[in-house]
Amino acid sequence: MTTTVTAVPTKPWKASTRERVTDVLIFLVALSTSFAAVELTPMKGKLAYFAIFFIAYAFLTAAFKGIQRGNAAAKDALVNSLVAIGAIVTVIPVLSILVTVLNKGLPGISFGLFTHDMALATPTDPLNNGGLLHAITGTLTLVAVALVLSVPIGILTALYLTEIKGRFTGPIRFLVQAMSGVPSIVAGLFILSAVLYPITKAYSGLMGALALTILMIPTIARTSEEVLNLIPNELREAGTALGGTQWRTVAMIVLPAAKSGLITAIILGVARIAGETAPILLLTGGGDKVNPNAFNGPMGSLPYYIWKSFNAGSPEAITRAWAGLLVLVGLVLILFTSARFLGSRKAAK
Amino acid sequence: MTTSHENEKETMDTTVKPHSLADVAQAKSVKAPGTRALGTGLETRGVHAWFGKHHALSNISLDFAAGTVTALIGPSGCGKSTFIRTINRMHEFIPTAAMAGEVLLDGKDVYAPGTDVTKIRLQIGMVFQKPNPFPSMTIGENVLSGLKLAQIKVDNKDDLLEESLERAGLWSEVKDRLGAHGGSLSGGQQQRLCIARALAVRPQVLLMDEPCSALDPGSTLRIEETIRHLSDTMTIIIVTHNMQQAARVSDYTAFFLSDGGPGQMIEVAPTSEIFSRPQDQRTENYVTGRFG
Repeated sequence: MTTTVTAVPTKPWKASTRERVTDVLIFLVALSTSFAAVELTPMKGKLAYFAIFFIAYAFLTAAFKGIQRGNAAAKDALVNSLVAIGAIVTVIPVLSILVTVLNKGLPGISFGLFTHDMALATPTDPLNNGGLLHAITGTLTLVAVALVLSVPIGILTALYLTEIKGRFTGPIRFLVQAMSGVPSIVAGLFILSAVLYPITKAYSGLMGALALTILMIPTIARTSEEVLNLIPNELREAGTALGGTQWRTVAMIVLPAAKSGLITAIILGVARIAGETAPILLLTGGGDKVNPNAFNGPMGSLPYYIWKSFNAGSPEAITRAWAGLLVLVGLVLILFTSARFLGSRKAAK
Repeated sequence: MTTSHENEKETMDTTVKPHSLADVAQAKSVKAPGTRALGTGLETRGVHAWFGKHHALSNISLDFAAGTVTALIGPSGCGKSTFIRTINRMHEFIPTAAMAGEVLLDGKDVYAPGTDVTKIRLQIGMVFQKPNPFPSMTIGENVLSGLKLAQIKVDNKDDLLEESLERAGLWSEVKDRLGAHGGSLSGGQQQRLCIARALAVRPQVLLMDEPCSALDPGSTLRIEETIRHLSDTMTIIIVTHNMQQAARVSDYTAFFLSDGGPGQMIEVAPTSEIFSRPQDQRTENYVTGRFG
């Protein structure tokens, strides 16, 4: 006769009820400490609650673990909570921005916003007059032109730095790094004085896109360089050992292998410029009409629209500005997710 | 065409007498070089290699008869890999690299001015230490990648694909999933995929730089079978740290050694000779496991 022993899957390493109760107690003590401190000391404001709570929680956990299991456990618990605090402190402002933008922007969002421009309306008009179609198309045009200009230049620069490794590698890498720190207003003024005043003498989308290109190239070049450096040298050797020239090896093997990384580089480049305002104010002229021609006539854009509406100051105008902000954030989000999706799908296939 | 007789005469002129495989083969009447109708094979004459000021390899003269497998053995850092990389001109990719001597393929120096280096690499294929299938390509695309890289037109790609995979001993395992990614194969299969990739451009010579050092014994065995089959139709030079492997797969074995200076070839002979009656004490010490 055989006895069947049924094994029940358990997780003996999980916290017991008692341990969980202690954790909750520590949490509550820390919470009440923060309230007490705000009441009794001169420290006031919402931030004080957070700061005192975090500090109290970190030290209470550490002290408790220390008593329970000794010095090493105390340090472990302290660092653990500091890391968690760091993560939370990073996320809070982002969430807070999103919530604020959603809160203030949503009342201004309507269907008409996406089908009308401001040609026949002023920022102080009622909200159902006009929209920001011109700003959306303008921003998309600016980003598209800047992409067309900066992606080839950025990736070719990265290829020079990683594949050719010529005599100018050092100086070029230094220049690219220095360029990534260029304030956007400097790029705007440069195009203004070097192209707009002496040559075209007129505001246009292209002028704005040129300034954005200057800002975008270093981001794309540096990120692409890092990505290309990660491609193992064995692949390049295998390509040349099969009778490929350097160019064919790079085009057929190195670039496809780095594809998802290069897409990330381009996304980072777009992120750098999508909300860029200073050069746009200087160079595009900020029209109120949908202008599909990047080469001629003033071109509106979301940052310009937001800036203009806030300046107008009336309650309607300010709601418009918040709606514009919400659309800008949404647009960047859509660009990101779609690029990510494209990149990961190709890599998975 | 260079005959073994001519080789002998020319090598007499040099100060260091290079080891001629032809001599050894005639004396021992084993699988004699040049007896197969595969062209005249490959030879190196007085090859030296440097990395900057570091003299890595000194005066290597070796004949590789067509249709033979030659194993290069010796401790790490003795220049075996450097040597085979001078043969298909991969050596020159290291910026500080320099070389001297001649590498003759069908009697023509691959370093002669005006030589198209990509053509040389088509004739002298290479398999690397770590399996390195191209990650962005499927199994089928990997095999045929050499054609695309070198822009060679072929009439029937499917036949070539099957033939290359068959020769590399991988066809039966992958024929139903040629569209899968190369990375989905096991390490040993990946290495055979790399061999198939090298075979698809139909090289005369195949260089293998420790092709089994990253593989398990079972996969190693499969690769060794592949090498034996391939030696009917091509010249193979294999660098290995595994002396049993050298004994199993090669017709000739060359022992390389560096005594602190540049790497030198101590001895070359039919493989059975090297392992049973080596001429040089250092070879004997190495193959019997007394050092290295």
